[in-house]
Amino acid sequence: MPIDKSQVKKVAKLSRISLDDNKINSLSKDLDSILTFVEKLNELDTKEIKTLKSIADKTLEARNDIVDDGKIKNDILKNSPEKNEDFFIVPKVIE
Amino acid sequence: MVDLNNISLTEIVKLVKLKKISSLELTNHYIKNIEKGKKLNCFITTCFDETIKNSKTFDAKKNYDSLLPGIPIAVKDLFCTKDVKTTAGSKILENFIPTYESTVTSNLWKEGAILLGKLNCDEFAMGSSNETSFFGNVINPIEKNLVPGGSSGGSSSALAASFTPATIGTDTGGSIRQPASFTGTVGLKPTYGLCSRWGIVAFASSLDQAGPMTKNVEDCALMLEAISSYDKKDSTSINKKKENYSKNLNKNIKGMKIGIPKEYRVDNMPKEIDQLWSKGIDILKKSGVKIIDISLPHTKYALPTYYIVAPAEASSNLARYDGVKFGYRSNKGKNLLEMYENTRGEGFGDEVKRRVLIGTYVLSSGYYDAYYLKAQKVRKLIKKDFDNSFRKVDAILTPSTPSSAFKIGEKTSDPISMYLNDIFTVPVNLAGLPAISLPAGQDSKGRPLGLQLISNSLDEQRMLNIAFAIESEISFKQNLNRWWE
Repeated sequence: MPIDKSQVKKVAKLSRISLDDNKINSLSKDLDSILTFVEKLNELDTKEIKTLKSIADKTLEARNDIVDDGKIKNDILKNSPEKNEDFFIVPKVIE
Repeated sequence: MVDLNNISLTEIVKLVKLKKISSLELTNHYIKNIEKGKKLNCFITTCFDETIKNSKTFDAKKNYDSLLPGIPIAVKDLFCTKDVKTTAGSKILENFIPTYESTVTSNLWKEGAILLGKLNCDEFAMGSSNETSFFGNVINPIEKNLVPGGSSGGSSSALAASFTPATIGTDTGGSIRQPASFTGTVGLKPTYGLCSRWGIVAFASSLDQAGPMTKNVEDCALMLEAISSYDKKDSTSINKKKENYSKNLNKNIKGMKIGIPKEYRVDNMPKEIDQLWSKGIDILKKSGVKIIDISLPHTKYALPTYYIVAPAEASSNLARYDGVKFGYRSNKGKNLLEMYENTRGEGFGDEVKRRVLIGTYVLSSGYYDAYYLKAQKVRKLIKKDFDNSFRKVDAILTPSTPSSAFKIGEKTSDPISMYLNDIFTVPVNLAGLPAISLPAGQDSKGRPLGLQLISNSLDEQRMLNIAFAIESEISFKQNLNRWWE
């Protein structure tokens, strides 16, 4: 059994996803079967294999280091659930 | 008057250029089809007023010299469209209105096409049946209770039902080819980097590619020509000259070598699919192609590799949905952290949660080497299998899927049985290669079955030519009685 309920709770916390107890139960079962499925890879000895770094057959290009704010402040703020003229607004962080 | 539902995109383009039909007439035809076909639930958003306005503007023009002159086209709701809602099939993006246009869709509009609306898909393209969409499942026009495949299920269904003359989808593990196979249509996943990913809602960035879905191979060549381009806004975009896939399409494949991988003959594969595969091999032999048995020994590890790599990338990509900058925000929670957790708990559906959690787990401290690093190594072995094969053959022929379209609800309770659908399509994404699915027959229930051709990187022209040759010999006929109208 690769994963148990307490680990699922921990991963949910790391993923910033709230889950009720019912969901944790059903997801634990699913995650366990998925992880069991992917553990098939352990059949393979990969000690000598180099890790694949990129599937793109090219070196990534660097652009010139020029500051450009894009002049799209309003566009960026447009879809925000809560904002004022210049900022995204979020619930209180410090008590 | 021609029956627009039974002619190809290529033929429609010809009619427009000859002024036998106007863009507005085309638009009205598709709007009528869409309105009569709401039962299939293909669309998340339509923008008919804009479509009509744009087609009138087009008709007033004098120059029809483009690839898609005045052609109304609906696209998967994973492509950002400026000022038109883009949801990715998720509650979390239910009200998201992009302020920019994806490169691939802007390429379509540059060639004269006009947006009809946004097509339903699995949430964040995570699914193989279109049942994970927040906006409800899509119905396959082939049969009332069948899934259209996924994740580009709205696209495949809308295309088969003639709600759009062609469409585009995205393919991370089979999301174009599997739904094409399930609906009797053609779907192509290009070489990684041929089409820009800029402006496409990201799922797994090292696997995602946009591609055409069409009624035949000729249309597919035309659409690929329209959407592919070098784009400096996508750092993995390939800088190469644009190809004339449709002009260079030809059926002469004599002397080519096609590989048949023994590992794709899986247990419990229906006899009909095996027979279809043999039929494809026979056609190729008759066309003067040399058939060569090949081996892709790591095929059985492709799905397990995929279900580590794809969720890992998804968990990183989906970290942006935090209820702050755009998208849904929960009003529950006393502080910032609780707001994040509730937003994501309420905003994501079950399949997305499963994948984000798996991805977070395989990337987390203590598990990274055992899962993620291991998978990246196996991915290299899978790619090497293909590299070795392409030293011997020009392309590889396989079935597209291990079964025909299944019933709605049939596989929703067991994620693994759903994942197994992509067994023949996933290796291609892991290796970054192009592949096409084309309809090649029907099973005893009349459900379409597809054959898949895989070629080497950037060898799309040759792959399209082989598909074109098979298609002309197979003469697949789709007889839809439009039961949904």
